[in-house]
Amino acid sequence: MSAGNTAIPAGPRPDRTSAARWGLYAFLAISALFFLTPLYVMIVTSLKSMDEIRAGYILQFPAEFTVAAWTKAWNSACTGLNCNGIKVGFFNSVRILVPSVIVSIAVGSLTGYALSLWRVRGADVIFGALMVVAFIPYQVFIYPLVRIFSMAGINQTLFGIVVIHTIFGLPTMTLLFRNYFASLPPDLFKAARVDGAGFFQIFWSIMLPMAVPMIVVAMILQVTGIWNDFILGLVFAGRENLPMTVQLNNIVNSTQGERAYNVDMAATMLTALVPLAVYFGSGRWFVRGIAAGAVKG
Amino acid sequence: MNAQPGVSLRDIKIMFGTVKVLEGLDLEVAPSEFLVLLGPSGCGKSTLLNAVAGLVEVRAGQIWIGGKNVTWEEPKDRGIAMVFQSYALYPRMTVRQNMSFGLKVAGTPAAEIERRVGEAAELLRIGPLLDRRPSELSGGQRQRVAIGRALVRKVGVYLFDEPLSNLDAQLRAELRVEIKRLHQQLGATMIYVTHDQIEALTLADRIAVMHSGVIQQLDTPARIYREPKNRFVASFVGSPAMNFIDGAISTQASAPVFEGGGLRIPLAGYVFAADVPAGPATLGIRPEHVTVGPAPSAFEAAVEIVEPMGADSLVWCRTPGGTAFSLRLSGEGGIRPGDRMPVSFPSAAVSLFAKADGARL
Repeated sequence: MSAGNTAIPAGPRPDRTSAARWGLYAFLAISALFFLTPLYVMIVTSLKSMDEIRAGYILQFPAEFTVAAWTKAWNSACTGLNCNGIKVGFFNSVRILVPSVIVSIAVGSLTGYALSLWRVRGADVIFGALMVVAFIPYQVFIYPLVRIFSMAGINQTLFGIVVIHTIFGLPTMTLLFRNYFASLPPDLFKAARVDGAGFFQIFWSIMLPMAVPMIVVAMILQVTGIWNDFILGLVFAGRENLPMTVQLNNIVNSTQGERAYNVDMAATMLTALVPLAVYFGSGRWFVRGIAAGAVKG
Repeated sequence: MNAQPGVSLRDIKIMFGTVKVLEGLDLEVAPSEFLVLLGPSGCGKSTLLNAVAGLVEVRAGQIWIGGKNVTWEEPKDRGIAMVFQSYALYPRMTVRQNMSFGLKVAGTPAAEIERRVGEAAELLRIGPLLDRRPSELSGGQRQRVAIGRALVRKVGVYLFDEPLSNLDAQLRAELRVEIKRLHQQLGATMIYVTHDQIEALTLADRIAVMHSGVIQQLDTPARIYREPKNRFVASFVGSPAMNFIDGAISTQASAPVFEGGGLRIPLAGYVFAADVPAGPATLGIRPEHVTVGPAPSAFEAAVEIVEPMGADSLVWCRTPGGTAFSLRLSGEGGIRPGDRMPVSFPSAAVSLFAKADGARL
C-alpha cells in the first residue's frame, strides 16, 4: 500500500472544479455581459444630460446624475402635438391590461375546463380549430375584425380592445388550462359529480382552487403579452386609449430637431418596467409559463 | 331503518367509442347484500360500477336502484355514494369541508351537516383530523376520509372502486375489517370492485367473477372457491393458485378415471355436473388439498423448492409425467429440496374442466 496523497474514499466526494467547468462559467459570464450591455447603456444614457451624451462615450458612467430625462419622459414628452408625457400611455395600458387579463383568463380557464372534463359534443374539433388559429399570424385577422367591430359599433373603444385581447388569448389560455385539468385524476371530477355538484359548482369550488399555479402562469403570460402588444392596440384601441407601446413609438419617432436620447431611453425603460418587474418577480413561475405556453411565443 | 334498496342491472351494454366493453349483462344485487365484482384489470368491472353510479352512460339496458329505473338519472339522484381508489379528496378543502361538500351542494341545513359529519367521523375515528387538509394525511387516513364522505350522504347503496388498492398490505387488512364492520352496522347494499381475491373472499356475501366483460360465476365465496365454474375462475381465485394437470377422462371397468401427467387418478369421489364426459380434460387441485402420506393412489414426488410462508410452507414438486405442482404443508416441517414423499390427489377435492372451453365437468 502506498502512503502519501492517496486518500481512502470515505464521506462526501471531494469537490474538484475542472478547467472545463471554469470555461463554462467564463462563457456564461461573457454571454450575460453581452446581453446586459444594452441595458446598461440605456440606463446610463437616461441618467445623463444631453451635453454629456453629445460627447459620445456611451459606456461611460454619468459624470453628473440627473433624473430630468425620466421626469420629462413621464410628464412632458411630446407625442405629436400633445406634450403630456408617456404617463398617458401608461394609464391607458393599465386600463387595457387589467380587464383584458381578467377576462381572458376567466374565459380561457372555463373553456379549458369544459373541453377537458365534460364530454362536449365536438370538443376535439373545437380544440383543434383553436390550435390551428393559434398558428395563423394576427395580421390576417385585422382587416375582417376591424369591419366586424365597426359594424358592431365597438371599434376603437376600450371594450373593443379588451374583446380583441380575450379572443387572441383564447387559444393559449384554453390550451394551458385544458392540459392542466386533463392531468388531474379523473376520480376527482367523478367524486364531485356523485356529490351532486353541477358544471359551475365543480369549476368554482374544486377545479379553480386547484388551478392557482396555472392562473399565476396565465397571468404572467397575459400581462407580458398584452403589455408588449403594439399592433392590436394601435388598430383597435382608438386614439383615446393608445397603449404605452404606441405612445413610446410616437415619442421616439416624432421628435424634431435634436434627438433627445436620454428622454427616449427613459421612456423606453418606463415602458419596459412592467414586463421587467414580472420577469424578475415571478422567477420559476415564468419558466413554467414558457414551457406550458410553448405553442406560441 | 327502513328496507335497503337492491340494485338490478338488466341487459347492460357499454361501449367506449366503437370498443365494446360489456354486452347483455344482467346482475341482481339483493338489498343489504355485499357484492364483490372480482376480475383482472380490463375486465369491465370498474366500468360497470361507474355505470351504476351514472358516471358512464350505457348504450343499452336499464339500471334499477331500489325499484326505480335510474338509467337516465344524474349520479346525485340515484341514491348512491362512491369511494374511489385514488381517494379523490378535494385537495384544497379540509377534511370537514370534503365531507360536507355534497351536503352543502344539496342545501342541507348547517346543523344537520355538522351532526352527520360528526357521526361519520366518530364511526371512522377520524375526529381529530377534521381540520387538516388531505395532503397532511397518510394513505389510510385519506381513504377513511373518503369513506366518511360517502357515509355522510346516508344513502342505501355504497359503491367501492378498488378502495384499498393504493394502500400497503397491513393497512389494507385493517381497512378491510373496517369496511366489513361498516356493512354490518349500516346494513346498506354495497358493491365493491377489486382485483384482489383475498378482499373478495373475505368481504363478499356473493362474488361476481368477471372476465372480458362477462360474469363468469356469481356465487358465494365458499362455492366460488370450492366449485369454480370454469378454468378461469379456478385459476383467478385462490392464492397460492390452483394446480392444473392436462390429461383425459375415460371409463375403465365402469368407473371414471383421469389420466394425465403420468398419473392415474380414479374419480370415484368426484361429483360430475352431468354424465361422465370421456375425452380431454384438465384436472385442477388446490395446494392445500394435496395430501401427503401413504394412500392407494399415492405416488412418490421429489421436492424441488420450498417457500416458507410462516404458518405453512408451499412445496413445489413434479408429477411422474413432469408437471410441476405445489402443495401446502402446515408448519415448516423440516422439508428440504431433494426429499421424497408419498403424495396423492383425493378425487373429492379436485375440479375437472373440459379442455375445449374450460367449463366445469
